Amino acid sequence: MIESTTDVGVPDSPDPWSGPSRLRTIRESAVSLFLLVCAAITVLTTAGIIVVLGVESLAFFRTSGISLFDFLGGAELKPDGEPPKFGILPLIWGTMVVATGSAIIALPIGLLSAIYLSEYAHHSVRAVLKPALELLAGIPTIVYGYLALLLVTPVLKAIFAPWGIDVATYNALSACIVVGVMIIPMVSSLSEDVLSAVPRGLREAGYGLGATKFEVSTRIVLPAGLSGVVASFILALSRAIGETMAVVLAAGMRPQITLNPLTSIETMTTYIVAVTNGDAPYGTPKYLSLFAVGITLFAMTLTLNIFSGLVLRRYREVYQ
Amino acid sequence: MSREVRGTYAPHRYTRMILGPLFGVACFLATITGVVVLSVLLGSVIAAALRRPDGPPWYALGTNATELYHFLASLVSKSQSSDPTAAGFRIGIVGSLWLLGMVAVFAIPMGVGAAVFLEEFVRPGRLRRVIQTNIANLAGVPSIVYGILGLTLFVRGFGYKSFAMGRSLWAGSLTLSLLVLPVIVIATQEALRTVPQSLRQAALALGATRWQMIRDHVIPSALPGILTGTILSLSRAIGETAPLLMVGAAGSIGVLPKGPSDRYTVLPVEIYNYAKSPKVPFQTVTAGGILILLALLLTMNATAIIIRNRYGSSARG
Repeated sequence: MIESTTDVGVPDSPDPWSGPSRLRTIRESAVSLFLLVCAAITVLTTAGIIVVLGVESLAFFRTSGISLFDFLGGAELKPDGEPPKFGILPLIWGTMVVATGSAIIALPIGLLSAIYLSEYAHHSVRAVLKPALELLAGIPTIVYGYLALLLVTPVLKAIFAPWGIDVATYNALSACIVVGVMIIPMVSSLSEDVLSAVPRGLREAGYGLGATKFEVSTRIVLPAGLSGVVASFILALSRAIGETMAVVLAAGMRPQITLNPLTSIETMTTYIVAVTNGDAPYGTPKYLSLFAVGITLFAMTLTLNIFSGLVLRRYREVYQ
Repeated sequence: MSREVRGTYAPHRYTRMILGPLFGVACFLATITGVVVLSVLLGSVIAAALRRPDGPPWYALGTNATELYHFLASLVSKSQSSDPTAAGFRIGIVGSLWLLGMVAVFAIPMGVGAAVFLEEFVRPGRLRRVIQTNIANLAGVPSIVYGILGLTLFVRGFGYKSFAMGRSLWAGSLTLSLLVLPVIVIATQEALRTVPQSLRQAALALGATRWQMIRDHVIPSALPGILTGTILSLSRAIGETAPLLMVGAAGSIGVLPKGPSDRYTVLPVEIYNYAKSPKVPFQTVTAGGILILLALLLTMNATAIIIRNRYGSSARG
């Protein structure tokens, strides 16, 4: 009995609070260091791209003796000529042809399907169509390029043959068509996200005033989500500019400035592929020119992407 | 009075009645294009794979299906060749699987780590905004630019011999890892944002450290979203051709890679090489390769979509 009372409150009993464990402290800081490194890698990637493209482009201008003005303003691209000519305009022209052509196909179709998915489609239809569009977005670009060779170009040949119009095996039009089809899912899914986010109250107000579904969709929902729609257009354009394999297989590799969409053209991306697959050894002006073309491509797509982000942020209608 | 109003009151009932359904039909047709394209694409590729002079007619579905199966199975077992009857994709498929595994090992921890850092460790502010903008821009960089980066940085080591990896699986997988990194980061961030704040507070209140909270509660709860994003990004890596052409998967290779420092080629690059060939018989081989690639990708993507649809709503809890 006496023993039991002395047992309570033993002066040297261990403190239940053992303090922060050293192992745990070390682990916590090691983990946060690792995570910081992970995040830093993304920043380093951007830095790496800029440094690589910048340094090697400078080397191009130094070894080839071509001025920046001749490069950006030159209308002739003959890397194997004597003397070689490195004018980027034919490549920019080709890129623009593909971007414009595919935009003409993709933007209306993408926007209409976004409106359908967000305004018209029944819940169950949407549940089927959205995953289907996502599957379409996951198809690799080389497949689209092969489709151009297998299906689009023969169909174009069959259409134009009765008029005696010659369609080249590699032509710009089939590239526009396949790249256009390729970027439809991008336009529609991005636009649909924005249109669906428009609050229900706006639509109900429209219906309450007697508007039809068409009027609500085009005059209320679309203007309210316009910033997102425009942003998705710009992103799709940037994707079309950076597209490589579909264009390599569909449009060929012939640098020229022409308005005829039925002949072969060359884009910036296809030029880069052509040079790497060619036999130009490292350090020659022809090899280094791929970096100069690459930095132009990078600058163009980066500008478009930043611009798209600005549009999205600045003109977004904020609803409570 | 009613007579005066009548002049300005123009309901255009008829036009409005017609225009609405017309627009609806146009929208529906536009949406259907995607599905139509998908079926035309699959149909024409299958038809091209089965094209031979004395083949069965198209409506003999059973015979065609077995024939397609045998054809694809033979393509999987044969290696590259300049003879269309002996050509196949074995080396490319093995190379693609090697690459898939290595990219998963590099990119998933890095991507999830960067996302956890941004969402859980950094307070909203300048640093976070800079990294966030940077990742958004990286996601829009054309894949061929990553090819240029990989070529200079990994294949050639920026001119330093000791850093150069040559045209090895190392160089290819690192390049692709950088390419898919932003996609994984963005998807993981979105998944982490759906985890309710009360879960974090509960874990911290019970004495968990920040890492314990993330490891035991936040990540498991966000796992379906992370998995979906990761699978989608890996399937993008599998189908990517242009950057791999640049970092050296281009050549014709006759042996299987045995380790990460071996030379390799991948399925899409082999498809590209066969597609370029002017010989007509190669069209069947190319079409067969595309079917193998599509089967692989559609399985991966469908898995991702199913995971999201099944667990997506519960994660939001």
